[in-house]
Amino acid sequence: MAALIEMREIVKIYPNGVVANDGVNFSVDRGEIHALVGENGAGKSTLMKILYGMERPTGGEILLDGQPVHFHSSNDAIAAGVGMVHQNFMLVPSFTVAENIVLGQEPLRNGLLDQAEALRVTRELSQQYGLRVEPEAVVDSINVGMRQRVEILKTLYRGAQVLILDEPTAVLTPQETQELFAAVRKLVDQGKTVIFITHKLREVKEISNRVTVMRSGKVMGVVQTEDATRESLARMMVGRDVFLQVNKPPVTRGKKVLEVHNLSYVSETGRTMLHNVSFNVYGGEVLGIAGVEGNGQTELAETLSGLRPAATGTASVNGKAILNTNPRTVRLSGVAHIPEDRLTNGLALTASIDENLIVDRYFRPPFHRGLFIDYKVVEKQSADLIQEYGIRTPNGKLPVKSLSGGNMQKVIVAREFTSDPALLIAAQPTRGIDVGATEFVRDQLVKQRTDGKAVLLISADLSEVMSLSDRIIVMYEGEITGVFPDAASVSEEELGLYMLGIKRQTKEEMEAVL
Amino acid sequence: MPLDVVLRGIFSALFAASVLRISTPVILPALGGLISDLAGSINIALEGTMLVSAFTGVVVSAYTQSVWLGLLAGILAGVALSALLAFFHLSMNTNIILAGIALNIMATGGTIFLLYILTGDKGNSSSLASGAVPVINIPLLKDIPFFGTVLSGHSIFTYLAFLLTWLVSVFLYKTRLGVHLRAVGENPEAAASLGINVKKVRAIALLLSGFLASLGGLNLSMAYLNIFQRDMTSGRGFIALAAIYLGGRKPLGTLIAAIIFGLADALGNQLGSLKIPSQLVQMIPYVATIVALVVYALRTQAQVRERMHKFQQREAEIAAKASGD
Ligand SMILES: Nc1ncnc2c1ncn2[C@@H]1O[C@H](COP(=O)(O)OP(=O)(O)O)[C@@H](O)[C@H]1O
Ligand SMILES: [Mg+2]
Repeated sequence: MAALIEMREIVKIYPNGVVANDGVNFSVDRGEIHALVGENGAGKSTLMKILYGMERPTGGEILLDGQPVHFHSSNDAIAAGVGMVHQNFMLVPSFTVAENIVLGQEPLRNGLLDQAEALRVTRELSQQYGLRVEPEAVVDSINVGMRQRVEILKTLYRGAQVLILDEPTAVLTPQETQELFAAVRKLVDQGKTVIFITHKLREVKEISNRVTVMRSGKVMGVVQTEDATRESLARMMVGRDVFLQVNKPPVTRGKKVLEVHNLSYVSETGRTMLHNVSFNVYGGEVLGIAGVEGNGQTELAETLSGLRPAATGTASVNGKAILNTNPRTVRLSGVAHIPEDRLTNGLALTASIDENLIVDRYFRPPFHRGLFIDYKVVEKQSADLIQEYGIRTPNGKLPVKSLSGGNMQKVIVAREFTSDPALLIAAQPTRGIDVGATEFVRDQLVKQRTDGKAVLLISADLSEVMSLSDRIIVMYEGEITGVFPDAASVSEEELGLYMLGIKRQTKEEMEAVL
Repeated sequence: MPLDVVLRGIFSALFAASVLRISTPVILPALGGLISDLAGSINIALEGTMLVSAFTGVVVSAYTQSVWLGLLAGILAGVALSALLAFFHLSMNTNIILAGIALNIMATGGTIFLLYILTGDKGNSSSLASGAVPVINIPLLKDIPFFGTVLSGHSIFTYLAFLLTWLVSVFLYKTRLGVHLRAVGENPEAAASLGINVKKVRAIALLLSGFLASLGGLNLSMAYLNIFQRDMTSGRGFIALAAIYLGGRKPLGTLIAAIIFGLADALGNQLGSLKIPSQLVQMIPYVATIVALVVYALRTQAQVRERMHKFQQREAEIAAKASGD
């Protein structure tokens, strides 16, 4: 039997010269769950965007059911029964669930939109595939898990026979992941074929029939899932043995550095995003904040770093109040901040690497003398940091936007770690960067802690929070719902229950351990 | 003229009618701007588009002696200018604001230049015998006191403005293209991933905005006045942009905001007969625009503060109760 999908010798060179796919052969059989794994930047999304008609291959051919096909746009792919759920969701926030599902192929009556029909179809599909959604809810107001179900329904509405899911579990809790897996199995039972992209090897073992491993634009191997081990897959992915275990020497906890008491934040639209949050971070520890994204973590990092005003509460660093001041005051009080959104808050993209490395210190000596910036000193520091932090660039004069994601993050890390902070706030520090850079950033965070700094780590990657933290706090709907004084002794499933709001500790329980 | 006469003037049916008349050339371009703004391509060139259409309508109607050909030519000219903007922005990837500013400047200079070539006059087209759009007297309604005066006897454009507000609303919320247009404006990537052609939708939106702005321009030179004057749009294209935001980017809101500007303008005209320097009076619509925008911004900020304040009070009460226990 011919494969349902066959991609042969696919080459993709982006206009900027990046060779994202380099002679890739990829095939999928009808009715299978095929895992596509590889590090960030391996070229998985690119390959799938080519299959979905969003990117044109530079070379190679695609066969569907043995017939060569040429997709000029996603429309062609959709018509051929290929659907894709993207890594970053593609929804229109102000539209309802039903409106999003039918967008592009809206049912009409007398030439006008037929809302009732849209709702009916949504309900029907939702039932048929066991994907729970609220058809009339506005997408802006629904949680990540439901948004993902909306995305899957969107492809099903378009009659997809093959579903491509691009890192669908990256934003889900363990429980939501299980729910997704159940839905995927149901899809396959009803005759669909699923391509599942991930870099979590445990998920590969659990859900897939077959695995294709990619590394730097090439396929490193295709194996039956039952023949593979997590170790063998990891070796293929990275090209060497990997120790994703972080080496964390024991240290004794130092004095209290950050003290947060009853912190609340109300958004501009009046929503309470943080409610009476209290905790402390001590020198020599990493305090990890776990939680599904959008439960107040962003607001917490940004009120503490002076980017947003707090509604109530106090926060101090080494006894100095920092709330409702401004970022410079906060920084001068000894706070460094690796922001979640590095492209808007972490870097000035068109400015040079040199300039980005001094934006928090250009106004002080030795960088500033008299009226002017002393560029000799700036360049000297920059050259040292590029060397020390392994930032891959020919020189510091280039604009930051010419760097890859991992190297951009290294620029931020280099700046923040060398400002000699008492407290380091790291928000999603390894999101979207390659394994090498991830290892580096994690090692650096642990090193800061071992050197006696206080580290507040906010991450949606549960395994990251668990491996780096000394203590863990779980946030749910803007409140702290669980405190775990010993990060090593709590399981992922247990944290998941708190992240979903199914379990929560009482105030007394939390106070006892905080 | 004494103040009481002026006041009597303001509280009259004629005044209400003049508000509608004066609002029309703001409502029409504002609806156009709304469409392109919702599609994510803000049309700064509304002003220039109106000017070019106003000019073309007058010239063509004068030379053909046909009002309808004049209107048609004016509309085509306005749409063509928008097509140019769409080409610069969507095909050549220029910044739409810069392209819009360039077109506005070109429209100002270009119309004066052509006016001079055709008439030898740089100020207005009074030497051309251009046509005018007839006013419509609505049978029965026109005989009802007060309402008759307010609602009947306007040019086609005024009725069109209200009809189009409704049509634009149906278009944006009830048709496929309208929904695609809003989706493209809010999340172009998502729209593209569903096979919606983002550039095509934006191009259509810009053309529609050009069409509506051209009606606004023609209204000025072929109904409101019967001649073309240099710079006769005098900022209405920009006031229209302000109306979109004050109207909360909704058709009805935009209509209301545009009428409020019309009111300010009409008020200015009435006060013009008082012993106040005319330059001051002429400033009224523009000052009103700035004041309205500032009030809008202050109100938004106040709401944010108010919400935070309420939250703090509520929390304080809860805390007080807890310590009372
Ligand atoms: N639109 C684009 N333009 C230029 N380079 C890109 C683009 N999209 C991805 N790349 C580059 O192509 C490579 C592969 O990326 P991607 O396919 O997203 O990998 P993966 O999904 O496996 O993480 C990366 O180096 C990335 O930076
Ligand atoms: Mg990817």
